[in-house]
Amino acid sequence: MAQMKFLCDAERCIECNGCVTACKNANETDWGIQRRRVVTLDDGKPSEVSISVACMHCDDAPCMAVCPTDCFYKTDDGIVLHDKDICIGCGYCLYACPFGAPQFPKEEAFGERGKMDKCTFCAGGPAETKEEEYEKYGANRIAEGKLPLCAEMCSTKALLAGDAQTISDIFRQRVVYRGHEDGGWSSVEKAQMSGPDVSANLDEMAYDATRATREG
Amino acid sequence: MHTLMQCLWRLRMIGAVLLLAVLAASLAPPTSAAEPDEEIGQAVGTVDADTWRQVKSGENFIDSRHDSTYNLINPSGETWRQIRNEWVSPAGLIAIGGMLTVLVIFYLVVGRNDLDHERTGRKILRWTAFERSLHWTVATLFIALSLTGLNLLYGKFVFRHVFGDVFWANMIMGSKLIHNYAGPVFGILLIVILAKWLKVNLPKKHDWEWFKQGGGMVGDKHPDAGFANAGEKVWFWLLASVGMLVVVSGFVLDFPIFGQTRDNMQWANMFHGVTSLILMTVALGHIYIGTLGTEGALEGMATGYVDETWAKQHHNLWYEEVKDNAGQPQQSDPPVGDDTATAHRPN
Repeated sequence: MAQMKFLCDAERCIECNGCVTACKNANETDWGIQRRRVVTLDDGKPSEVSISVACMHCDDAPCMAVCPTDCFYKTDDGIVLHDKDICIGCGYCLYACPFGAPQFPKEEAFGERGKMDKCTFCAGGPAETKEEEYEKYGANRIAEGKLPLCAEMCSTKALLAGDAQTISDIFRQRVVYRGHEDGGWSSVEKAQMSGPDVSANLDEMAYDATRATREG
Repeated sequence: MHTLMQCLWRLRMIGAVLLLAVLAASLAPPTSAAEPDEEIGQAVGTVDADTWRQVKSGENFIDSRHDSTYNLINPSGETWRQIRNEWVSPAGLIAIGGMLTVLVIFYLVVGRNDLDHERTGRKILRWTAFERSLHWTVATLFIALSLTGLNLLYGKFVFRHVFGDVFWANMIMGSKLIHNYAGPVFGILLIVILAKWLKVNLPKKHDWEWFKQGGGMVGDKHPDAGFANAGEKVWFWLLASVGMLVVVSGFVLDFPIFGQTRDNMQWANMFHGVTSLILMTVALGHIYIGTLGTEGALEGMATGYVDETWAKQHHNLWYEEVKDNAGQPQQSDPPVGDDTATAHRPN
């Protein structure tokens, strides 16, 4: 069985927010609900880095562990989904989630939370009919054999979605190609980012695994 | 005429050409080569260990989501989860289960605290109608909040499997609604009841002696007690301290519209769980003593009047004061319209 995961290549993300828009469009989420977000570190500085993040469909999901209603479940593909018929909008999943994925429509009195909404990996949710499913959870692209729209629409292919093995293979190829010495956790040599050959180096850094050879 | 038109046409052509030239000049690429520093500035930065350190520091980040202060990774939730699931939840079960066990054993071994002498039939007003309605309203709310709160903490392990999804969905939704709406009412009434009974619950010297004799729960001893004995005072001050913490933390959780952060609510939830479980545990003792544990205690809070014998046995100092004030104990027929009467409580 596949283990579905998202992976965002921070060296490729250009903070275009295309994923956010694609998600909103594919799932037609409620007003104020934005299932995916882009976090930018050091905005406006040379060291600026952006990463797109949504529900990460954790193996040991904190939301599942703390939910008082037990409305979460994991599909065979490792996707964390929840049943809005059982959700009471208590907010505990929001307290527990490291990624700020759960969101609540604030439409009730005294700020009482509505039914929780979060990324479904475009896998819909439990419902009687397709229409009901779309209304409650948004698109079920997985049932149609498609991947989440955010990753499909990513212009720089920074955001990858799919089986953990497959996407980590792609990322590993990129990392090796860029010259990381210890698997993406350290930067490539700083020397590449300065000096007269910088233009060439920048171009080289933009290479990805889809290019056959370094010589191009 | 013809030549004039031609002249104008030519002027217009010259103007157009000039405009194009200016436009072309402004759109042309700069003559100097691209500055390396400038390009680096526009490039996506490298991602290294410092980047992840910065995520951890929680500084210098922006989130594309409106009004959001969420960092990329917020590990405090995992801490909250561990505390709630690994400590608070089992500790609450142990505390409540332990207290129930102790009470059952105590009842079986020691039994009810009976009156030592025959009832005289003379009744003394102990609780006015206002106090009784306040007590029973707060008690009802307390029980409702306890049951719904326990359902929120433990219900999923039992009822969903027993009753199925649809019943469970309604049950847990009802629990949340009752909890969220009864909570503020309880909070306000708790403050009223604390203010009302503050005076009789101020600690006195004889309370220490009461503790040393274990409140006379076992054996025939009856240590001195005023209107409220030392045990009741402990319950009062527990409600005034821990109870108020329950109320305050509950308010933080109930109305997420005052800009409280996720971290605030994690703390509030933890406090709310720990303090309310303490209250529930002690409340079991209070309920036991007030019903099964003591002969004649419940009738005091039910009718407002206690028997002279009961007053003498459990609250001797209060009894003496009442007797002195009234000259003699009141007549056996309870006066009608006791809501205007004032209970005697000099202690």
